Amino acid sequence: MVRFRRYKVDKTNIVRASSLWEMRYLDLGLSDYKEAYRVQREVADKVARGISENTLIITEHKSIITIGRTGSRKHVFKTEGIEVLNIDRGGDVTYHCPGQLVAYPIFKLEKEAKDIHNFLRFLEDVGVNFLSKYDVCSETVPGLRGVWVKGEKIGSIGIGVKKWVTYHGMAININTDLKPFSFIKPCGIEGVKITSLEVLLKKRIDIKDAKRKLRESFEEVPLLAEAVCKG
Amino acid sequence: MAELKLPELAEGVSEAVVSFWHFKEGDSIKEGDEIVEMATDKAAFNVPCKFSGILKKRAVQEGDTIKVGQTLAIIE
Repeated sequence: MVRFRRYKVDKTNIVRASSLWEMRYLDLGLSDYKEAYRVQREVADKVARGISENTLIITEHKSIITIGRTGSRKHVFKTEGIEVLNIDRGGDVTYHCPGQLVAYPIFKLEKEAKDIHNFLRFLEDVGVNFLSKYDVCSETVPGLRGVWVKGEKIGSIGIGVKKWVTYHGMAININTDLKPFSFIKPCGIEGVKITSLEVLLKKRIDIKDAKRKLRESFEEVPLLAEAVCKG
Repeated sequence: MAELKLPELAEGVSEAVVSFWHFKEGDSIKEGDEIVEMATDKAAFNVPCKFSGILKKRAVQEGDTIKVGQTLAIIE
């Protein structure tokens, strides 16, 4: 069971607060994208019907290029045999492969949490928190979604929402082969540079340890944004 | 006759793009059916219908950008 914290800080800080809620965890290992999507939808349907708890799925995918609802096939320049799939998430084109961790939070948004962009900010905060566990200082960029380190993108975000239950989520490059990102216009952003934790730290990252840290980050970052004045 | 409008999505978010309709005009709709998929920059989401009845008119087309509060459909 995950217990999110409630903070009070001064006006200069935006803080996030949440009531208690539960989350279960599912590690799909190295998965086929379509199979993982089937699992996501199955879990999301159960969460929507109230017969399953909120669930965090973490996986690595076999190589695939996906195009979200606001994306374009024109942003895929070549494939070199990599499958291309149109999917029902927000966002443009991205690339998944082994060595990249993909987190699918299947969460029911209720009451004050029924705010899609708040949820996107929550995912960004989770990414920033995750990278801080490696002493990597990352940031979000106004007008551009995702998680960035010194102007290069390391985490991409795109979600779907049905019956106020979220699916899809966030991909973070750990030991990712970055070359296929040159086959596409990642997230539809002109000239964007993609990086990975392996590149930043100049060493291979233990993927099991990274999964644990990513899971912890989801447990640590509260869902709801709330500005609270001290006192 | 009832008008289904684009609901509040998020603080500061005033518009979204129509991705596609799940129903066509003349279809029977039940309250809670997800009638149309919309997209903002990083989120795709489905709008549930608040009413039961017949989808009389799809007031917006796929690809249209519409504002919060704008009529999506007329249900009879």
